[in-house]
Amino acid sequence: MNDKLHSVKLDKELCKGCTTCVKRCPMEAIRVRDKHAIIINERCIDCGECIRVCPHHAKKAVVDTLDVLKNFEYTIALPAPSLYGQFKGILSDRNVILTALKHIGFSTVFEVSAGAEAISTLTNREIRKSKENLPIISTACPTVVRIIRMRFPSLIPHLLDFRSPMEFTARWAKRLAQEETGLPLEKIGCIFISPCPAKATAVKLASNADHSAVDAVIAISEIYPKLRTAIKRVIVPEDLAVSGSPGMGWAVSGGECKAAAISDNLSADGMENVINILEALENEELPSVDFIELNACVGGCVGGVLTVENPFIARGRIKHLMKATAPVLRPDQCPIDDVNWDHSVEFDPSLRIDSNLSDAISLLAKIRDIESRLNGMDCGACGAPSCHALAEDIAKGFATEDQCIFIVREKLQGLLGQHENPDGTAEPAVAKEAESEEQA
Amino acid sequence: MEDLHLEFTVVPDDFTRAGEVSGKVKKTLKDLGFPPLVVRRTAIAMYEAEINMVIHANGGKITVTINPDVITVVFADSGPGIPDIGLAMQEGWSTASEEIRDMGFGAGMGLPNIKKSSDYMDVQTELGVGTTITIKIFTNP
Ligand SMILES: Nc1ncnc2c1ncn2[C@@H]1O[C@H](COP(=O)(O)OP(=O)(O)OP(=O)(O)O)[C@@H](O)[C@H]1O
Ligand code: SF4
Ligand code: SF4
Ligand SMILES: [Mg+2]
Repeated sequence: MNDKLHSVKLDKELCKGCTTCVKRCPMEAIRVRDKHAIIINERCIDCGECIRVCPHHAKKAVVDTLDVLKNFEYTIALPAPSLYGQFKGILSDRNVILTALKHIGFSTVFEVSAGAEAISTLTNREIRKSKENLPIISTACPTVVRIIRMRFPSLIPHLLDFRSPMEFTARWAKRLAQEETGLPLEKIGCIFISPCPAKATAVKLASNADHSAVDAVIAISEIYPKLRTAIKRVIVPEDLAVSGSPGMGWAVSGGECKAAAISDNLSADGMENVINILEALENEELPSVDFIELNACVGGCVGGVLTVENPFIARGRIKHLMKATAPVLRPDQCPIDDVNWDHSVEFDPSLRIDSNLSDAISLLAKIRDIESRLNGMDCGACGAPSCHALAEDIAKGFATEDQCIFIVREKLQGLLGQHENPDGTAEPAVAKEAESEEQA
Repeated sequence: MEDLHLEFTVVPDDFTRAGEVSGKVKKTLKDLGFPPLVVRRTAIAMYEAEINMVIHANGGKITVTINPDVITVVFADSGPGIPDIGLAMQEGWSTASEEIRDMGFGAGMGLPNIKKSSDYMDVQTELGVGTTITIKIFTNP
């Protein structure tokens, strides 16, 4: 995949090559080469885990800044529901946050939770009429969709073929804005306020195919300081909220199931759990359910890497806000005809070791042969996440055996062993040391 | 091109590790680029046979032979053997203990599922000696 279509990037200046991210990346997409981490774009799903774990803050999300507002005559802020949990003291009226968004420069605001809620109703209907492809898997988290396309292609038929709340809401909001302002579409900018880099990538990918109604993505963490100040200055909040409480619940793991009122459901969050569920589903080991909600981030989108608040605190606030909200969406006109994807999602073969099956089998034989010479500790000192990954890199010509410290040590011992010791004895000094180590 | 051979040992009575081998092979087949359905069928058949080795025999050996046209898996154990294979192949027939059933196994669906998921299945079994099951999954059946 093209480098431009990723949102997670590395700041070479800050990277110390410490390999923390290498081990934590769920896709084994990171290597340390020449003292710096590199991301293998083909493997990366923009989950943001490396940003989360980097102790040197060398991993960044490339998203837009508030400067993009200048590019449009009329701008619509589309706040992700997770934004509502970020601010201390806001437990009953989210209109304060929505009004503050206008104060920092947006012409208007349209809640993504409204789109989410409309989608929930449609999801419920879809599940009632589905028979063969149950369980249906939610497609709201782009990271989950990416990993299914790459690692679990047999589950693609289970994906809910609905636009994400972000896309759906953008279309809805743009339509309304066009009616209201009479402006041409290109002068109206829909700007998503995002909890994660994955959403930004989803927009880039869709825009590439000319299918996104979202014009820019700004991180929650980016606007947070300005928005916090603006919130404090709001005296009379405008009545901008439209969604009911179920739509807001989407910010939290399990909220989508609840909003769609599907009783036979399963929800899981955090990449490790998501992968386990997908494995189990693929192996037909799961009890039968109608709907599966999966969120890459722990706790759901409140755990997104571009949020500011601790996900559990944010969740608590959102629960409070939900109690103070009407149980249903305002009966605004909702463009429900617009929910299905334009294009079906397809298998992404980026993880294959070779595009030709015979060549892949030969290559794997070579990889296993190399791997048998590595020590199997998966120590990570070579800059690869495992001995198997290093073996694969070597077989493909991206790395050499000399990156393995154990192999280098052996070679060194061999070399030293051939020479006389300084004291004139014939004993190989290093080999002796290794021997005593073995005995210990 | 030479076939690729993979060998695994299944340890008896360790339910926490049950399914480990089929999981590894599934990943390997995906990495190689076998069609999703071929991977899935192999994984399901292997999982059932692997679990049977854990529950009904004393573990054993799994050998996987891979070439672009066919995946062959041999499950060999030296367990008690199957007295009546015709009966064992029937859906719902199981000798699993109460304890095993409580763990969610013992529906008597394993062997029929293996048959369903594979293109070829052969069972050689001798009482007191052991059981060897061979399955094949063709890439283009
Ligand atoms: N490797 C084996 N060694 C000895 N007996 C076996 C072996 N595999 C299966 N059997 C016998 O065949 C019966 C049917 O096996 P099958 O896998 O179909 O069902 P199960 O293992 O009992 O239940 P399930 O697979 O649904 O959990 C078993 O109950 C057992 O008696
Ligand atoms: S964003 Fe996720 S998949 Fe991409 S390199 Fe970072 S940890 Fe790996
Ligand atoms: S769970 Fe939410 S915040 Fe996290 S990657 Fe998925 S969509 Fe983004
Ligand atoms: Mg069985």
